[in-house]
Amino acid sequence: MSANDVPPPYTAVTRHDLFPEVKHDEAARFNFLANLNRYLAGDLGAGNKLAYEKRVLPAFRAEHGREPADRHEVRAAMNQDTWHRFWSAMKRNSMEMRQQNGRAAVLRQLDELDARARALNAGANTLQLDPSVQVPRYQTAVDIHCMPGSYYGEEREGDVSAGANYDSGLFATTGGALGALNDGGGQAVAAWSKSARPGWKPTRILDIGCTIGHNAVPLAQAYPDAEVVAIDVAAPALRYGHARAQSLGVKNIIFRQADAEDLSEFADASFDWVQTTMFLHELSASSLPRIIQEASRVLKPGGLMLHIEQPEYTDAMPLFEQFMRDWDAYNNNEPFWSAMHGLDMADVMASAGLPRDSQFTVGVKAVVDETIFPPAPSGDQEDYGRAAIWNAYGAWKPEGAAA
Amino acid sequence: MTDAIDWISRSGAKPKGRRPDFLGNTNEERMLSMLMALVAEVSVVRERLDTVERLLEAKGTISRADIEGYAPDLETGKERNRIIREYLARIMRPLQHELEATANPEPTIDEVVDELTH
Ligand SMILES: C[S@@+](CC[C@H](N)C(=O)[O-])C[C@H]1O[C@@H](n2cnc3c(N)ncnc32)[C@H](O)[C@@H]1O
Repeated sequence: MSANDVPPPYTAVTRHDLFPEVKHDEAARFNFLANLNRYLAGDLGAGNKLAYEKRVLPAFRAEHGREPADRHEVRAAMNQDTWHRFWSAMKRNSMEMRQQNGRAAVLRQLDELDARARALNAGANTLQLDPSVQVPRYQTAVDIHCMPGSYYGEEREGDVSAGANYDSGLFATTGGALGALNDGGGQAVAAWSKSARPGWKPTRILDIGCTIGHNAVPLAQAYPDAEVVAIDVAAPALRYGHARAQSLGVKNIIFRQADAEDLSEFADASFDWVQTTMFLHELSASSLPRIIQEASRVLKPGGLMLHIEQPEYTDAMPLFEQFMRDWDAYNNNEPFWSAMHGLDMADVMASAGLPRDSQFTVGVKAVVDETIFPPAPSGDQEDYGRAAIWNAYGAWKPEGAAA
Repeated sequence: MTDAIDWISRSGAKPKGRRPDFLGNTNEERMLSMLMALVAEVSVVRERLDTVERLLEAKGTISRADIEGYAPDLETGKERNRIIREYLARIMRPLQHELEATANPEPTIDEVVDELTH
């Protein structure tokens, strides 16, 4: 790492028509937080591994006469270490500070933001809200990544506050690694599918858990003749996402409030592609297989199922790395994160009618304008859980498969 | 401005979910959280001053609207972020020293004194 290796300034993000107006000091606070996160992950992150190797692991061996058996034992031991505890406290504070800053920017101008969203959404039949949709327990148990009100909460009825706060702060936690429109993941998926299946023309794409649709927009743009159906349980995120897509001139996405556990409104074999992006880790042990099952049912034979997630924990991954990747589960309100990354996705997909020989995995790196947004640090400097480097778990549904 | 809700107090709403006990001491937890907020605010003031300096240099006179609307070009923005990184390095010095000491354990000064005395 060189002294010049710093994130781009916050003002480099694209301000589409719905993007909150950010004051000088709010941008400066995001700049500070982007740098703080890098400092904690990079310069100081190495201290966690040292604490483990020099103190925690030797003490564990002395006490138990063996190696730690799993990441949970590593966590229990590391949580006794003052260095790691202090580092975690700083990291937690940085998450809380990011929320307060994003919310301050959004809430002070909520009247204007709501008015702009209403104007952009007016009369469009592509925003389909359904107040009867219940937000599931795994979304309400805690506020995911310490975001007050989570994705679905409203400061007042019908607002866009949750979506606007999410959009305005992604920069700070990722140091700009998701690109000017925070869509580096979606762009990477679109680029991958174009090269994996040149000439493929999917006509109907389902994006599950779309939030503000930032990663659905690049798919809609890559396949302008396709209809993208982007579903989520969170109305404020959908309102914002729909208005955002409109402001970017993207009209071939239907933003629909729906619970992915019950896709009965969609016929068997009615989509060419079912996509999730950084979604599965926010579910629960019982809902995840149900959702994959439903997703597989609505997928056409020959169609693509693709899930973008952080890498799963395999036996080959050192326990210390698993423990570090688990940080958000226990310290940043991501209660299913740990269990999800311990799942064998190949098994889950096989049980849902996508046999192993139809499956593949592929590494995906955010596609961004690298003249402005340099790739996020990886290796020893990686900010685990936040780096814009993912694993895609995919399958091409066998032709002739029963729905 | 939004008048219907108290956006200042709502901005800092507590997220649902019990906060982990990081430091084992409530007062230390409070002090660290307040210190970090303060560290951030000093950085913000420093950046605002940098903006004022750059605008004055370029234009001779400025308004508050100029400050609010200021967007540095990429190189200037990175220069400002390097200032933050340097600032962080000063604040984090005790931790970085501890990290280095952990990597290379050293004898105590008493031990060195003994060694050189006897
Ligand atoms: C981490 S976000 C996904 C982020 C987004 N896909 C992206 O590309 O970055 C998870 C989203 O899933 C939604 N969600 C959670 N459970 C759901 C369910 N059962 N059905 C539909 N949406 C759900 C949440 O409201 C939230 O917006």
